[in-house]
Amino acid sequence: MRWVSLLTLLWLTSCTQDASLLGLDDSIDESPAFGDTFIEGSIGDASTLLPVLASDSSSSQINGLIYNGLVRYDGQLEVVGELAESWDISADNLTITFHLRTNVFWHDGVPFTSADVLFTYQLYIDPETPTAYAESYLQVKKAEAPDPYTFVVTYAQPYAPALLSWGMAVLPRHLLSGKKITESPLARRPVGTGPFKFVEWQGGEKIVLEANRDYFAGSPYIKRYLFRIIPDTSTQFLELQTGGLDFMSLSPLQYDRQTDTLAFRRLFNKYRYLSFGYTYLGYNLKRPMFQDQRVRQALSYAIDKQEIIDGVLMGHGEIATGPYKTDTWVYNKNVPRYAYNPQKARQLLAEAGWQDNDGDGVLDKNGARFQFVIVTNQGNDQRTKAGEIIQRRFRDIGIDVQLRVIEWATFLKEFINPGNFDATLLGWTGGPEPDQYEIWHSSKTGPRQLNFIGYKNAEVDALLEKGRRTFDQQQRKKIYDRFQQILAEDQPYTFLFIPEALPAVASRFHGIEPMPAGIRYNFEQWYVPQALQKYSR
Amino acid sequence: MSHYLLRRLLLMIPLLIGITLISFTVIHLAPGEPTDLQTQMNPQASGDLQARLHKNYGLDKPLHQQYLLWLQRLVKLDFGDSFAQDNRPVRDKIAERLPVTITLNLLSLATILLVALPLGVISAVRRNSLFDRATTVLVFTGFAMPSFWLALLLMDWFGVRLGWLPVSGLKSLGYEYLSFSGQIFDRISHLLLPVFIAAIGGLAGFSRYMRSNMLEVIRQDYIMTARAKGLSEGVVIYKHALRNALLPVITILGLSVPGLIGGSVIFETIFAIPGMGKLFYDGVMMRDYPLIMGVLVIGAVLTLVGNLLADLSYALADPRIRQGG
Repeated sequence: MRWVSLLTLLWLTSCTQDASLLGLDDSIDESPAFGDTFIEGSIGDASTLLPVLASDSSSSQINGLIYNGLVRYDGQLEVVGELAESWDISADNLTITFHLRTNVFWHDGVPFTSADVLFTYQLYIDPETPTAYAESYLQVKKAEAPDPYTFVVTYAQPYAPALLSWGMAVLPRHLLSGKKITESPLARRPVGTGPFKFVEWQGGEKIVLEANRDYFAGSPYIKRYLFRIIPDTSTQFLELQTGGLDFMSLSPLQYDRQTDTLAFRRLFNKYRYLSFGYTYLGYNLKRPMFQDQRVRQALSYAIDKQEIIDGVLMGHGEIATGPYKTDTWVYNKNVPRYAYNPQKARQLLAEAGWQDNDGDGVLDKNGARFQFVIVTNQGNDQRTKAGEIIQRRFRDIGIDVQLRVIEWATFLKEFINPGNFDATLLGWTGGPEPDQYEIWHSSKTGPRQLNFIGYKNAEVDALLEKGRRTFDQQQRKKIYDRFQQILAEDQPYTFLFIPEALPAVASRFHGIEPMPAGIRYNFEQWYVPQALQKYSR
Repeated sequence: MSHYLLRRLLLMIPLLIGITLISFTVIHLAPGEPTDLQTQMNPQASGDLQARLHKNYGLDKPLHQQYLLWLQRLVKLDFGDSFAQDNRPVRDKIAERLPVTITLNLLSLATILLVALPLGVISAVRRNSLFDRATTVLVFTGFAMPSFWLALLLMDWFGVRLGWLPVSGLKSLGYEYLSFSGQIFDRISHLLLPVFIAAIGGLAGFSRYMRSNMLEVIRQDYIMTARAKGLSEGVVIYKHALRNALLPVITILGLSVPGLIGGSVIFETIFAIPGMGKLFYDGVMMRDYPLIMGVLVIGAVLTLVGNLLADLSYALADPRIRQGG
């Protein structure tokens, strides 16, 4: 039985791997084998290995390998079962019944049951738990565990993101119950059900995991996983070249110019795919000058988005036309686009009453000059550079723009929270779930909420409410198509670009298959053929 | 002497309280809060999370109460728990980073002294010679060179091209499996570049300082007397002159004590060394008040102790001061 699965895997991978690129002769046995170490570089250390408390990407990365959710995404971004073998959704869309796997054990050997799931849910909604992820679980009306392998949740209203929200990590009840979550030792020594087990964590230096040989979905092939903290990306790149790292995310410059050598291509495979996230210029709609739709459209016409992609990302990105990634089912490609057109921009501004009456090169209206400040946060080079390009393009059509770059905590406190900004250059990172309620609904314009530009549109509100109550994908598509159409006409943001992720992986790792979800979704299936294994211990 | 010591020690207490009061006020004046960074720009965070975190961290109390509570804990040598998501005791977080930073700083200080003092002496003795001019240019080049840039060049050259030295970190993968001598060698090879980079910037200061001290001393009458006695030039310079020229260096060493726990962010970032600099920098960026205060208090104590040590050892080394005091 085991042989059959190995053979199919071999057949699958041999289709996608280009052996000549690896510089290997054909005599090497490339069948999947257990062993070797995978070393990844990260600019930041994890903060806590209790997923309920973590909200940074390093922690999530490690937690994703140690814990499981009830469901997860596969490579095609479809929802598949993980700890849940299957689930039923009631006809009224209010109740989800999860049927759990019966062969799952925690890393300490205790069997996993529905009591763990119920405990995890209760932990998330406990007011004493300082978690950033309570929102979707507060929508639950009732949660029950009628038997050890069944878990039932009931919602007061249909809630479309419900199923996906159960992708959150399930925590071990037997180790956490009755203790204060913020003081749990599991934050430093996690125990999960996932494909990798925790070994050690040296703060600021490294985190080591090893394969869970008893993983319910089959042991991963890679024996050890090493997460090295290297805060500087130039150092990471040097480490990659010396073999000190097997994986890093390249910058566009490194991808195009510094890795295009024969030696590099022999040792590494490079991948590129669109990332989940986009950069935008958001206009504060409480400011009178941005309240005219024509003005916002004019500003979008005045920005050459392709120029920003070429200049800042060296072409490694796509023009964003709305909040969704261009290769997802929800993306609407038929929305109005704002190709670079300064004449059109000037014409729209003139219609809105902005003209250069005093001949100083800057547009004015009723004696007021068209000038504003774009604020963005320090530490994001791409945003600063994009801001400089935008600044020049706005000056071309007679708008006087200043760019201010501010340290993150100050930026939030002094500018975003009090709504004390004209325009801001920021980005959102999303996932496959299309619900955008928190960012665009008019009820979310309060202090510290995410609709900080103050966008209010009754039709958008209705669409967002309907969207999160609708389960059928075709119906949802219609709702979100219309939503994207309105956003594109209104241009409360000028949507700028979606950057590409540009990872490099040591070529001895086989089994990597790029999909819409990227490359990491099947990490347990990655392997190094016996003859190519580098680390024996 | 013991009376003097006691008085100095007692005086340190109000000084320390003053320092902490000012630090505490200033870091709370900085815009932004630890809770903002955990809750904002996160579509999943619910509305009352901010309030919950506030209460959790005790940030809902007025500032003077927060300070008094902090001071109460400090008396028991408890720095509190970090506001970062890990919520670990500040003491643990500092203890984890401190050995690395102190080791590196001691090594680089030793390197600086070993190189800079002879350089300074020789430059002074052979004033305006080719050697003097060449070392001047050299040490100032080292001083002016951006250390991160030099570090990257050396890492690329020795680490990637020649493959002689590891690029970053403190230990190799598989360090545990090495023999004892192998472990020592591994440690040294990892430390070579960081210590060199840390030392090169400090050479200029110490060697120039030594040079001017020496020049000062050589002009003194007792040196002339020594020469007149017919002592060899070596004895004059290295026995009579050097001892006196070294005195002021003690003061500088005393002032270097607090520097031993301070790390440079850029340096630690480049070499991927988990030290105090990065810890403190991240703490400031996150508005992690307990951590910031913890590091500041240790720094303040060491500065005060360093000053005291410098004064005491100066008195011990120089009879003139001892008698005067």
